[in-house]
Amino acid sequence: MRKRIRKGFIMWGESVRMALDNIRANKVRSFLTLLGIMIGVMAVITLITTVSGVSGTISSSFSSLGVGTLTVNVSGSDQKTGMTPEDLEKIAALDTVDGVVPTVNLAGRVGYGKKVETSLSVTGRNAYYFQVNEDLIIQGRGLNFIDDDNHSYVCVISQNVVDKFFLGINPIGETLYVAGLPFTIVGRYEEDSGGGVASIFNTSPDVIVPYTTALKVNNSDEASSFTAYLKEGADSAEAKTEIGDAMDVIFDFEEDCYTIASMETIEERMETMTTMMSSLLAGIASIALLVGGIGIMNMMLTTVTERTTEIGLKKALGAIPWQIQSQFLLESFLLSVFGGLCGAAMGLILSYILCQVLGTTFVFNGGAIILGIGFSAVVGIIFGWAPARKASRLNPIDALRAV
Amino acid sequence: MEGEVFFRMRGIDKDYPLAGESVHALKGINLDLEEGDYLSVLGPSGSGKSTLMNIIGCLDTPTSGEYILRGRAVEELDEEELAELRNREIGFIFQNSQLLPRLTARKNVELPLIYAGFRPKERRIRAEAMLEKVGLKDRMEHLPTQLSGGQQQRVAIARAMIGEPSILLADEPTGALDQKTGAQIMELFQELNDEKRTVIMITHDLNIARHARRVVHIIDGEITEGGLRDA
Repeated sequence: MRKRIRKGFIMWGESVRMALDNIRANKVRSFLTLLGIMIGVMAVITLITTVSGVSGTISSSFSSLGVGTLTVNVSGSDQKTGMTPEDLEKIAALDTVDGVVPTVNLAGRVGYGKKVETSLSVTGRNAYYFQVNEDLIIQGRGLNFIDDDNHSYVCVISQNVVDKFFLGINPIGETLYVAGLPFTIVGRYEEDSGGGVASIFNTSPDVIVPYTTALKVNNSDEASSFTAYLKEGADSAEAKTEIGDAMDVIFDFEEDCYTIASMETIEERMETMTTMMSSLLAGIASIALLVGGIGIMNMMLTTVTERTTEIGLKKALGAIPWQIQSQFLLESFLLSVFGGLCGAAMGLILSYILCQVLGTTFVFNGGAIILGIGFSAVVGIIFGWAPARKASRLNPIDALRAV
Repeated sequence: MEGEVFFRMRGIDKDYPLAGESVHALKGINLDLEEGDYLSVLGPSGSGKSTLMNIIGCLDTPTSGEYILRGRAVEELDEEELAELRNREIGFIFQNSQLLPRLTARKNVELPLIYAGFRPKERRIRAEAMLEKVGLKDRMEHLPTQLSGGQQQRVAIARAMIGEPSILLADEPTGALDQKTGAQIMELFQELNDEKRTVIMITHDLNIARHARRVVHIIDGEITEGGLRDA
């Protein structure tokens, strides 16, 4: 028994050495075969790491964005298409609600002097917005209730606007043209800090004007969405019910006039989306692994055919079928694990770079690496099995006669 | 061991299926051998001598008949046991030496010891001693391509001998060599036989077969003369 174990041990050592020898002897071919697995594992790791980094950044920016708020989107009914300032006041007066911030988008180009920009966004908001977000203003002042009531042509601008028009100029007091109308700049505010990918979900506009003015410019008196800021300690679900009831009254109990979304539900939805996305991407990436596995199988079959004589000779010298099979199996296993390791390393580097480019935090995902390497090992064994079996089944006589 | 049958073949048949028909490659072969014999199996190509060699070498099993090697009934063994028997009892020498091209002479000689489960150090010592014996002391770390045909065949003989098998089984051992080198190989065979090693040589060449002490003729799958010692 002990002798058998020792014998097995020696055999495995020899098999590893022979397998490595053979991989080395066919460097180019081995490398090309390995490339398939490498790319597959690299894709899996890059996708998983990047997607989890992105979703992590998104969810953290979401939670910083909107605890204690509910966003109401109004589609309206045939009789009533949106929220008038009076309707908004009704909502603001609810027990659970501290205040509301309407959002009125203003289409149109923004210009200063002779320069015109089409890429800047203009949104109408109210004084309350600047009251609850006190830290927003970094220069000048925010909008106030007088601006709202008087439909004043004033605006607050972001750093983006400063970069475009006011490099080296103090913007306060200057006149900005929005949709052809002159607005006096009264303040400068700081956008939400989350840059990179998070900025896709960032709702900060470049120019903020009083919403009443925006409605006037739009020739309308109804806002299509608003954000309700809840009183401190107010329950989100309770507030949702209360706002819903009020909205039903405003829209005369017509159905499908509005939707209320809390940040929690948006976050949840985001999470399921990113999970779905990562599993989808991982699925696609594993196709690459599958193709890599087929590559390995192809190479191993060629190798077995090429080494028919060697197999026959070894059998004649006393190798048992399992020893032959294990040698070839080991070869494909080592090949694909090596490919997996290279792929993992490259995947990590690539996802690190991607995270830098996308501005998300790079999170070392051990699970993805284990998955990638483990998967490639399994691929090596599965796709190496048939060729190895073929080798072990070779009749030594036929094998030796092949020359 | 006393009373143990060394080598006995009785009524060996071997049939091959070929294109739906059965080809009788061997018909009722009877052959006895004692330790230290030097036997030539002489026959033209297609006579069944390769088939006989494969059966003697335990590479193949007979369709029917009895073959006993060192007291073991070969036809009853499974593939794994056959491999072990080959490893221990048979030393193969092929026509084209069949060395693995990427291994050095010493590594080639070590091969059977790997399957017998020897440690690397012991393999090395034995392989070096064996290569010295066949006169290749200074060629041990050469690759087969760096050796002449005669030297390659010597390496093959060293490889066949290293496991101290009961039988040295050679298939046209001089087939790929010129006359002079062939003669040297024959001398080496004679030396080995003088050391009480059993040698079986399969050949179609009467001049080679003559070196053996016993010659049996095989024609159309039948041994025509000299198969049984006391016949």
